[in-house]
Amino acid sequence: MGDLMTQGSEQKSFAAEDETSQYLTFLASNERFAIGILDVKELIEINTMTQVPMTPDFIRGVINLRGSVVPVIDLASRLGRDISTLTKRSCIVLTEVALNEETQTIGMLVDEVNEILEISQTHLQPPPNFGAEIRTDFIKAMGRVDEEFIILLDINHVLSIEELSVLEQIADTKNSLPKKEADDPDTMKTGQNTND
Amino acid sequence: MSMDEAKQTFAQESEELLHDMEDALLSMEESPDDKEYLNSVFRAMHTIKGAAGVFGFDHIVAFTHPVETEMDRIRSGESSIDADLIATLLDCKDHTASLVEHVLMSDDESLPDDLQIKGSELLSRLTGTAPNATDNNLVKSEGNEVETEGEAKTLPHDNWLISLKFKQDSLRNGLDPLSFIRYLGTLGDIIDIITLLHDLDDISNMDPESCYLQFRIAFNSDADKAAIESVFEFAQEDCDIRILPPHSKQRYYIDLMEELPEAELHRLGDILMQIGALTKTELENGLQIQSNEKTDKTDQDIEQKPIGEILVEQQSVNKALVDEALKKQDKTRKKVAQESQNIRVDSAKLGQLINLVGELVISSAAMRVTVEHHGLGEVEEVVSNVEHLVEEIRDNALQLRMVQIGDTFSRFRRVVRDVSKDLGKNIELRITGGDSELDKTIVEKINDPLTHLVRNCLDHGIERPEVRKEQGKPATGTVNLNAYHDSGHIVIEIKDDGAGLDPDRIQAKAEAIGLVKPDQELSRQEIFRLAFEPGLSTKTEASKLSGRGVGMDVVKRNIESLRGTVELDSELGAGTTVTIHLPLTLAIIDGFLIGTKNETFIVPLSMVDECVEMESGEWKLDSDSHYINLRGDVLPYINLGDFFGYTDDPSKNQRESLVVVRFGRNKAGLVVDHLFGEQQTVIKPMGKIFQNLKGISGATVLGNGDIALILDVQGLINLANNQHSELIRH
Repeated sequence: MGDLMTQGSEQKSFAAEDETSQYLTFLASNERFAIGILDVKELIEINTMTQVPMTPDFIRGVINLRGSVVPVIDLASRLGRDISTLTKRSCIVLTEVALNEETQTIGMLVDEVNEILEISQTHLQPPPNFGAEIRTDFIKAMGRVDEEFIILLDINHVLSIEELSVLEQIADTKNSLPKKEADDPDTMKTGQNTND
Repeated sequence: MSMDEAKQTFAQESEELLHDMEDALLSMEESPDDKEYLNSVFRAMHTIKGAAGVFGFDHIVAFTHPVETEMDRIRSGESSIDADLIATLLDCKDHTASLVEHVLMSDDESLPDDLQIKGSELLSRLTGTAPNATDNNLVKSEGNEVETEGEAKTLPHDNWLISLKFKQDSLRNGLDPLSFIRYLGTLGDIIDIITLLHDLDDISNMDPESCYLQFRIAFNSDADKAAIESVFEFAQEDCDIRILPPHSKQRYYIDLMEELPEAELHRLGDILMQIGALTKTELENGLQIQSNEKTDKTDQDIEQKPIGEILVEQQSVNKALVDEALKKQDKTRKKVAQESQNIRVDSAKLGQLINLVGELVISSAAMRVTVEHHGLGEVEEVVSNVEHLVEEIRDNALQLRMVQIGDTFSRFRRVVRDVSKDLGKNIELRITGGDSELDKTIVEKINDPLTHLVRNCLDHGIERPEVRKEQGKPATGTVNLNAYHDSGHIVIEIKDDGAGLDPDRIQAKAEAIGLVKPDQELSRQEIFRLAFEPGLSTKTEASKLSGRGVGMDVVKRNIESLRGTVELDSELGAGTTVTIHLPLTLAIIDGFLIGTKNETFIVPLSMVDECVEMESGEWKLDSDSHYINLRGDVLPYINLGDFFGYTDDPSKNQRESLVVVRFGRNKAGLVVDHLFGEQQTVIKPMGKIFQNLKGISGATVLGNGDIALILDVQGLINLANNQHSELIRH
């Protein structure tokens, strides 16, 4: 019930802006995804990719983009599926992700790039709380195209630099979490002091 | 130049000047008699005041002026330098810095109260009870402020000497010599008048209507030369006037001359006029004489008499002053010549240049690949030439960004001084190797970690004098800052002869916070490495400087982000040494290209000691042992392909090679499949995603467009070590 209600209210706010936006759709592990066209910097085919050792599976490697070194993320693997196999149709979608004030170009390896779709704002729905089989924060919205729902990815979460770079660290610093809790009593204490 | 740019320049120059001033003040503590330091302080205040005046930053002018005046008093020997004064001046320097910051940062005209109060407090500390401390009526009136009256009276010889020689017609022209002398009296004290009568003819020939009077007047006044000359303004036509400045004025003129801005080349006459030793009329007369002589002597070959000589002959100025002015003129010329050798360049432009050079290096490598691929023998020579040039351009471009580390080091003299005073310790800072050069970007980023390390030495390292005496050490502790180059790296050492670290306490603390298991056996090195872990401070009480255990891990992280390493060694009771290894540059290095299982990697060439062909039979390589016997030495090694988890290349047919790498005192081997040789390596950032990746420090683009990863040898060895010790533990 609660689910329905939130959906209803969200839908209204979406409907307020009656505009269409363009989305690039592509396949990864046989599923269709899309990202806003404004997030796409460039599409390139795969030439040579250099593996980076000692990194998680979803970091496929780095490529030479006109002299700059650009990391490539395997989208399927990042979404928790199997690593994609390279085929003739494999393609890299280049996007720009912001971290603090800087932006970094990151490539996203997909199995196939399909088409550009126009989806009206009214056809966008908030992500379901469960059932999508991928992390909800990766989903920006669900776009309805001809009775089919396409997951619109939130690339700032899917390709979050903080997360991508932290993942490798988790193994060494398991004890970093409990410390945070230790801070809490302190803040409470100071709170009390000011009340006194 | 727009106003903003000009302000920027002002800020920059002020910063440099204030930095010089601080240096000079600190040096003054050691050698108070050295005039050069005093001048340097004076110059800083004077120049800042001048520049601030141009911008109309009145607050800065109001503050720096009295400081400058005080400095001048010190220079003339009226006040003496002592430790308190230097301390006050250091505070004045800080205050000036905050004033500069304030006026540049805020558009608000008025000064915040705290700065105002601080300023006047400093000034009263500086000048004692001098009433004119807050005299706001300044700048161009410099010429007027010299000796106080009392002083002049005690120096009877310190007078202006005015000689007046009235022409014979002056009485006929209605001049009354006495009236001038009376009027002169309003400007100061006439000490003495001598009347000279040697022009007087025989009494029979004397014309009673002519004037034969000549006077020599000893005159005491603090008016300047122009003012005195103006007294005789009306008599100029009928009277020869010579005004010689008092003896002390002479020195004062010389001082003034030194302070003249060197921005433009002054003509001699201008110099003398600017300091007030020469008046405009005198100069014009001199020039007139000079040009007259020129027309008199039609022979062009005869050298024109210099204006200086003429002026001396005319007794407008004395010889010493002219000599000094000539010296100054010469110095100015030299200085201008020197300045034009330095150009201020926006560092972004430099960065762009270096990026382009990087691209050039890659393109040149690509050209080499193409030439070899197509077997173009006839262009071979041209390509070699180009390659050679590119290499030189690369080295030169990188050199542009190199700066000496000495400046960074000498900033710590202030820190050491202040902190040691705060803590009541005697500490001496010794700096060596300040001329070692490294990339400016690194210098900027190394400042914070260094500050922290130095403060640690001061706070925890060096003991109090009484404790030191008890332990039989000299009461004054020493902190050594040293820098030197070692195999493509710069090594910075921070060493103190203080209390040192207790390994047992570090281990106990590490156990307490759960970093290590209670019964774990740790080597000395490993224990000291723990000191860089977060949350580990062995100091029981925290002071205001350090001791909260939130420093060393940050230091380590900062240094590692520069692809550097930091090590600590300590002897309980004898001192601690922290050694930092940093790469010289972050842009382009000489690399050594190696290959394993179809992947290529770069090892910094400076770290490669030698390459040996692997004789696996002889060395009995197996998966258990990870060391070999290299000519009698034990050499641990890593099989790169296995270590990175690459699957075996089925077409493997050649023998493996061993690359011996060295870092600091340690050596290790890397087992690889191919050796490709030297390669100019442009370091490309890998991006934030890989910021926590150990063992790989960057990437580069090869001539064929492929990417090769640059190995961080030390990180790699550390990783291998950790894996190894974990294997043993389980």
